[in-house]
Amino acid sequence: MTYRLGEFHAFDGAGRKFLYLVPSAGIFELDEVSATVVARLEQGEATRAELAALAGEDVIDELYQAHAIATTEGFVEPLEQPPAEFPLQTLVMNLTNQCNLSCQYCYEFGEDKVATPEGKPKFMNFETAKASVDYLLTSSAGRRAIHITFFGGETLMNFPLLKQVVDYASAQAAERGRYIDFSLTTNATLLTPAIIEYLSDKRIGVTVSIDGSKESHDKFRVFANGRGSYDIIEPKVRALIRDHRTRPITARVTMTSQAMDVLGTYRHLKHDLGFHEVGFAPVTTSPNRLYSINERGLDSVLDQFRRLAGEYLDYALRGEHHGFSNVSDTLAELHQGVSKSHPCGAGLGLVGVGPSGDIAPCHRFVDSDTHRLGHVSSGIDRARQADFLGRGHINSKTDCHVCWARPVCAGGCHHEAYVRYGDTGHPNLHYCEWIRGWTDTCLRIYGAIAAQNPGFLELFSERKAA
Amino acid sequence: MKHLRAINQKARRIEDYLASLDEDVVGLQGPPQQPRPHVPMGCSLVFSPGWEVDSAGGTAGLCQPVERDLYDCYVTCFWPAQVPDHLNNYPDWTAKCAAATKDWRNIDLVFP
Repeated sequence: MTYRLGEFHAFDGAGRKFLYLVPSAGIFELDEVSATVVARLEQGEATRAELAALAGEDVIDELYQAHAIATTEGFVEPLEQPPAEFPLQTLVMNLTNQCNLSCQYCYEFGEDKVATPEGKPKFMNFETAKASVDYLLTSSAGRRAIHITFFGGETLMNFPLLKQVVDYASAQAAERGRYIDFSLTTNATLLTPAIIEYLSDKRIGVTVSIDGSKESHDKFRVFANGRGSYDIIEPKVRALIRDHRTRPITARVTMTSQAMDVLGTYRHLKHDLGFHEVGFAPVTTSPNRLYSINERGLDSVLDQFRRLAGEYLDYALRGEHHGFSNVSDTLAELHQGVSKSHPCGAGLGLVGVGPSGDIAPCHRFVDSDTHRLGHVSSGIDRARQADFLGRGHINSKTDCHVCWARPVCAGGCHHEAYVRYGDTGHPNLHYCEWIRGWTDTCLRIYGAIAAQNPGFLELFSERKAA
Repeated sequence: MKHLRAINQKARRIEDYLASLDEDVVGLQGPPQQPRPHVPMGCSLVFSPGWEVDSAGGTAGLCQPVERDLYDCYVTCFWPAQVPDHLNNYPDWTAKCAAATKDWRNIDLVFP
C-alpha cells in the first residue's frame, strides 16, 4: 500500500509541531515518530513497508485514521447539507434605516449599497416589531437561549421602540420559559446618561462603531455637513464605558486605505478610552473605491495584526485578558474545531429584519428587494432561502476546495461577495491570502497556548464561534 | 492514540470516535491495546443470568442460583453500589463462603 500526505496545515507553536486537519478542523500535536513520517511523505509518496521500517506500524495507522495521511485513493468527505429547517437563534432588528451620520463607506447608504429603501417605512413600528419577536420565538423552537440585536441605520434614532421591544420580548420569552438577551450597535452620537443607565439596567450589550483616534475616525464618520463625529462621541463613549457596568463594551473599527494604523487605533480605543474589546474589519467595497484597501495595504494590516496578536499571546500565557477580539474570535473557532458549511449563520440561525418587516439573510441585506427572504408575518420563503444557502455552501465554491483555511472561512462574507462579484455565493478571492495568513497566525498562538498554558483555552469552549 | 495528541475539542471527538471503533472490552487502566482475539468478559457476556428471570417470571428455572449474582458482583464484575468491595476494604468478605450456592448464608452484612 502506498501513502501520501492527507490534507492539513502544519504549524509550530512554542517549538512544538501541530497539524490543523482539513476538513475536520481537528488540531493534533505530533510526537517525534509521527513527525518523521510526515516529513518523509513531504518528500513524496512512500510504501507502507518503507514507513514501517522508518517509524513502525502503529504510527501509520494512527495518522491514517486521523486522515493526516491518506492512501493513494484518498478520502471521500462530502460535507452534509444543513437541515432544511434550522432553528433561529438571532434576529437582527433594524429599528430604522435612517442615520444621523453620512459615512462615505457605509454599506447601507454608500456607493456600493444593496438596499432599495424607496417607498418602504423609514422607522419600524411596534406592530412590526412585535411580529418580529413572535416570529423569532416560534422559529427558534428547541433553543432555550435566543438573542435580539438592535441595528440601524442609527439604532438610537428609534430608542422608544427599542424599549418597547425589550419589554415585550422579555415578557413573551419569560412566559415560554425561554432566555432572551439583547445587544445593539450604535454610532454613539445620541447616547445620553438616561439611555446608558437603561442599557446597563437591562444588560444590553453595546458595540460602538468607532474608527480610532479623532484623525482616523473623522475621515469617514461624519455628519451630513462633513463635520467629524469624534468630538461629539468621545465624552459619550467615556460615560458609556464608565456607567454601563453589566456587559463588556466593544469597539468595532472599519479599516480603510486612509485608516490602517491598527496598533495606534487599538491603543487609543483600549487604553485611552477603555473599551473592553476592540475588533477590526476592512471596509466592504468594490475594489475601485479610493478608500478600498489594496493588496499592499492588507499586507501592512496583517503585519500589524500579527504584532498585536503577539502581544495577545504574552497576555494569554500570563492568564490575562487582552482586548484584541479578532484573536479571541478566531481562537474560539479553532478551539471548538468548527468546520463550516457556510461562512456565517446568515439565513440559517440568524436573519435580519428591516423596518418594513421584510426578512433578509442578515442586517447587511436588509431593505434589498433582490435578497428578500420573506416577511415576519408570513415567515421565510423556503425556496429563496434554499437558493441563498445553496450558493453560499462550501460545496459549490470550487475555488475553496483546495484551501486549507476553508473550515473557518467557507468562502467569506456573503455580502462582501455580492458587492465584489455580484453573487453572494462567490468566494471572496481578494482576501484569500489575508485569511490564510491570519488563520496561520492564530493557529501558532493557539499551539503556543496549548503547550504552555492550556487551561486558558477553556475560556473559548463557550465563546460564540461564528 | 500514542503518537498524536488531541489538542482542540474536535480532535478529542475524533479520538473518541476512533477509540469507539476498535476497542471492545478493555481494562480501566493501561495503554490502548492492539486489536486482539475477542474474549467475552463479565456477567452480561458469559452465561450468568444476572438479574433476569426465567420463563415463568421466577428464578427457580435459572441455570444458576440468584446467590451467584452476589458473588459475581463481588468478584467477576464488581458493582460497588451493591456489594462490599473486595479490592480495598473487604478482601475477606467471602472467606467463609466456599461455594456460593451452599454457603451464601455465611456472607454477612458489612457496616462501613
